[in-house]
Amino acid sequence: MADERDDSALMDTAVDPGPDKVIGSGFDMGSATDKIAGVVYRPLLKTPKQMFIGFAVAFALVNLFLVAVTFLFYKGVGVWGIVIPIAWGFAIVNFVWWIGIGHAGTLISAILLLLKQDWRTSINRFSEAMTLFAVACAGMFPILHLGRPWLAYWLLPYPNQMWLWPQPRSPLIWDVFAVSTYATVSFIFWFTGLIPDFATMRDKRPNTLAGRIYGMLAMGWRGSARHWARYQKTYLLLAGLSTPLVVSVHSVVSFDFSVAILPGWHTTIFPPYFVAGAIYSGFAMVLSLAIPVRRWYHLEDLITMRHIEAMSKVMLGTGLIVAYGYAMEAFMAWYSVGTYERYAFYNRIFPQPGTYWWTYWLLILSNILIPQLLWSKRVRLNVLAVFAISIVVNIGMWLERFVIVVTSLTRDFVPSSWGMYYPTFWDWATYFGTIGVFLSLMFLFIRGIPAISIFETREVLHHEVAPSHVGD
Amino acid sequence: MRLRRAMLETKATGQVEIYGLMAEFDTPESLLAAAERARQAGYREMDAYTPLPIEGLAEAIGFRRTLIEKIVFTAGLLGATGGFMLCWWMTVVAYPHIVAGRPLNSWPAYIPITFESMVLVSCIVAVIGMLMLNGLPQPYHPVFNVKEFERASRDRFFLCIEARDPRFHTEATREFLESLKPLEVMEVES
Repeated sequence: MADERDDSALMDTAVDPGPDKVIGSGFDMGSATDKIAGVVYRPLLKTPKQMFIGFAVAFALVNLFLVAVTFLFYKGVGVWGIVIPIAWGFAIVNFVWWIGIGHAGTLISAILLLLKQDWRTSINRFSEAMTLFAVACAGMFPILHLGRPWLAYWLLPYPNQMWLWPQPRSPLIWDVFAVSTYATVSFIFWFTGLIPDFATMRDKRPNTLAGRIYGMLAMGWRGSARHWARYQKTYLLLAGLSTPLVVSVHSVVSFDFSVAILPGWHTTIFPPYFVAGAIYSGFAMVLSLAIPVRRWYHLEDLITMRHIEAMSKVMLGTGLIVAYGYAMEAFMAWYSVGTYERYAFYNRIFPQPGTYWWTYWLLILSNILIPQLLWSKRVRLNVLAVFAISIVVNIGMWLERFVIVVTSLTRDFVPSSWGMYYPTFWDWATYFGTIGVFLSLMFLFIRGIPAISIFETREVLHHEVAPSHVGD
Repeated sequence: MRLRRAMLETKATGQVEIYGLMAEFDTPESLLAAAERARQAGYREMDAYTPLPIEGLAEAIGFRRTLIEKIVFTAGLLGATGGFMLCWWMTVVAYPHIVAGRPLNSWPAYIPITFESMVLVSCIVAVIGMLMLNGLPQPYHPVFNVKEFERASRDRFFLCIEARDPRFHTEATREFLESLKPLEVMEVES
């Protein structure tokens, strides 16, 4: 056994090396391996108590979700507040919100890999897992919303006795392909990154049950130079393929709206503005999760202020693109001189009783105004402030989808078909239920799988020792 | 199979069949230098084992190119063609259906599905192809018989010259490996 000594001394202290370093001082390949693997190999009762409390809360929400879904299946979609004309309601708001959150994972693991950003390591594994779980939550909503969810497979093209085929000219079918591809590719990318780390986990505790399970997952990985050569080439190819995929998925999601002729949806700015919004909310979610976890597990020397500051900057940048999107919507409403387009916009922003105007201003406050604080370096280096802003952005991005989906649907062309949407208890229960599903999966992931890529951390250390390797 | 054969031979001759000789190094640089020396000395059947990818190491042990890019390119082409043909076939052949006066073969609308199929097929093939070319999953490999090898996934670097190399000779190769100043030289049981 490579190490029989107690790692707890290593586990309980950590000094943040500040905003210039991606890894704390004093690490060598061995100790970095021990520290990251130690998070998983900690005895169960030595798990930080916040993890237990967090998991208990999340798991309670999972149960709420199960009750909500059972009741939904029993009674039908009428238990939600959806009415005609607002047939989409929370289900689609939540779908878009979750899938947007997923985008940061692939962005961090693929695009930042191609851009050779050193701060990508130590958060990539974590955010890939987040992607996977967020997409799982997202994927449930359209199916729950079907009304007859047991017929969900009708969306797929397969030979059937009715000789009916899905309509590939419809963005809704594009969505089926985009989201299922995204889920599959995210899983493949995540799992491929894990293979060498499973081998590390296997070798740290051979002949134990955990070691055997990791051994099976590692599939006999032995770190051969030939294997690494093929592995790296594959990883790069996956990154190259995932990069346009990230952009395509949320573009396709935005087509669900922009291909329709509804005022407030029928806009060409949607694809880029949805993609930027997705990355914005995804980074916010990574920060909301990474900040507490790094504190509970004393990982400040692996997830450093450099990571937090860099993510804050990405959040600020994508937030500004989103702000540009809002501005363009307003500009086009004015410039198009379209009666319906203008009305849809006025209806969003002007205070009138019985409309959702306040959600628009809350959204401006939380997505545009508050995140401007991140221009200040002092705010970016204040972990609590960044955490608070990330939560605000998560809420703001949810409100954005609410404004797009619900406000636009309440007022279409003919006043006789106007209506209002009021969420019921079951709407909220399903929504918070999926948050519980997401968090439970995250807690289990952190406990069971190395949440920071071990072999990539070794690479960072190797490059620090031999800086000549950087950039070639 | 190999394991059983090795066990039978051990029974017959009383000797353990050797897979190769393995040298352990503590830095990537010393392993890289050793691999280059071994290649210059004429060894061809060897492999290096490291806990992280090392630039230039695959070339040093004589590994020139991977097939993976070609496989993935072909897969992507097939995926894209398949995705497009699926849409075309559904709307033109299987279920022709005029929507808003558009032609049956309204190909621009097929592009998203074509793209997604391309990405899906090439990613799946990339990973399965990589694993297959690497011979994984592989439940047994002789290098794991070496006790020290469990640090190959932690912080140690190994070079293994295999017995099937025509220049392999237990004593001479051991001497050669010792001359590379490793931490230790070990026999790898087959």
